[in-house]
Amino acid sequence: MEAKSKLEKFIVTLLLVLGGISVSLPFIWMILSSFKTEREVLQIPPTLFPQNPTFQNYLELFQSLNFDVYLRNTLIIVFFSMIGLLLNTMAGYGFGKFEFRGKEIWFMVVLVTMMLPGQITMIPTYLILNEMGLTNTMTGIVLPGLIVAFNIFLIRQFMVTVPDDLIEAARLDGAGEIYIFFKLIIPLAKPILSVQVILTFIASWNSFLWPLIIANDQRLYTLSVGLSLLQDQYATNYGLQMAGSAIMVIPILIIFMIFQKYLVEGFNVSGIK
Amino acid sequence: MTRWKYKLMPLFFIGPAVLLLMVFSFAPIFLSLGISFTDLTLIGLADWSKINFIGIENFVKLFKDKVFLESIFNTFFYVLIGVPLAVSSSLVIALLLSMVGKWLSSTFRLIFYMPSVTNIVAIAVVWGFLYNQQYGLFNYLLSLINIQSIPWLEDPLVAKFSLIILAIWKSNGVSMLIFLAALQSIPKVYYEAADIDGANRWQKFFKITLPSMSFATFFVTVTTVIGWLQFFEEPFVMTDGGPLNGTNSMALYIYQRGFEYNDFGYAAAASFVLFIIVIVATIVQFRFRKKDQTL
Repeated sequence: MEAKSKLEKFIVTLLLVLGGISVSLPFIWMILSSFKTEREVLQIPPTLFPQNPTFQNYLELFQSLNFDVYLRNTLIIVFFSMIGLLLNTMAGYGFGKFEFRGKEIWFMVVLVTMMLPGQITMIPTYLILNEMGLTNTMTGIVLPGLIVAFNIFLIRQFMVTVPDDLIEAARLDGAGEIYIFFKLIIPLAKPILSVQVILTFIASWNSFLWPLIIANDQRLYTLSVGLSLLQDQYATNYGLQMAGSAIMVIPILIIFMIFQKYLVEGFNVSGIK
Repeated sequence: MTRWKYKLMPLFFIGPAVLLLMVFSFAPIFLSLGISFTDLTLIGLADWSKINFIGIENFVKLFKDKVFLESIFNTFFYVLIGVPLAVSSSLVIALLLSMVGKWLSSTFRLIFYMPSVTNIVAIAVVWGFLYNQQYGLFNYLLSLINIQSIPWLEDPLVAKFSLIILAIWKSNGVSMLIFLAALQSIPKVYYEAADIDGANRWQKFFKITLPSMSFATFFVTVTTVIGWLQFFEEPFVMTDGGPLNGTNSMALYIYQRGFEYNDFGYAAAASFVLFIIVIVATIVQFRFRKKDQTL
């Protein structure tokens, strides 16, 4: 559907611009407010641009609050989620390219877990980790989130399209299975894997509920848990809150803008027509 | 390669993932069902002999629990108001994007998708500031056009709408992309043929565009309904279910019971009620779709 007349084009563009401004308003307001002093942020009428721009809010987060620790924990979670992605990729390959007994049943198990509301597994998973003595540990935070059934499903869909002959030829040339996986399959799967890497990064960077449930110790808090703590403790210091939010949001937005081309293509890959 | 080694290879590839999935996703379903028939609390966790099997008592209690019934009502409110708004607004955005040139389209696609990748806590913190009755930007902007300040998060009914606006803002991006992908896959020849037949653009929209997108619409609606039935993070971070339980959802109630009151058995029972509602809602939608196709 192309817009026909000039007037129509103008109206459509105007609507998009208005929509775009209202969608990005919270981000703009967050960034501008994060550079305001505690007093200016509560000023009525509010100022748009900070009168005396200050980095004080950002400094305070890292100097007197523990945002450096939270940042490190968040990055640890991101790192392990990538290992999880490797395991998901291996499983997707296994389901897509091997024949073995009970394959359909195991794949059904994967599919079933995809459809479960998180609230169902939340309590028993907590109890299981508690029995293992893993509550309040980094392992407990990381372990339940390593495997994402939906990732396995998507990667398997891709693996099915890889020709068997290719793998067979590599085997005849004497390549080992692990060699084939790392040197042949992974490079082949690059387009779908790059989407998965970005999505996995975003999801683990944003992870909130599980770290909140498992970690009682401040030393294990992630950025988002720390930020919700900040919201409770500094309820009226909006400048500080906005700076904390900006630290969470801006890295994601930058990564998103760099890789958005792949991300958007990812939606076509998922085959929704 | 020897035979036994070939048999072990699949195990090597799928083993770790399937094992973790069994322990942390599949087994918990059954464990959760078991727990829902007990009075498990924090005390029972330390000493298993304190756990009693109480049958369906939790479920009976749930349906007499005023707070739980309220949270069911709120959840349905979210679904009934939020889903139509969320689906139609993302469809409108996708349609608008398909009407402009490539550069504009990809720029605005990026902007509309932005909220979906950002962190919910950060979003809730920022919106909490925007919604602030005294210092918030929204009420200030309204005061410029002489509208009295709105108690965005202070009134039980208004707060529900405030959370819905926020959730739509955040979720629009993904649905929009799905709609956009569907729009782009409609063969151009359909429109060319319609042009030859002299169809006007509304006819083209209702006879070609909408029907061609029925699967995308179905997919978006089903996933949106499932998502809104599990509405959790927005009320959790912004209102904690208040004021007067006005924004509490079923998912949030399960969390509160489980991890704030450590009432694991009761919370597990509530989670099964939610699970059943999700399954029923999904089945109903698939039924409707079947009907649709025979038309």
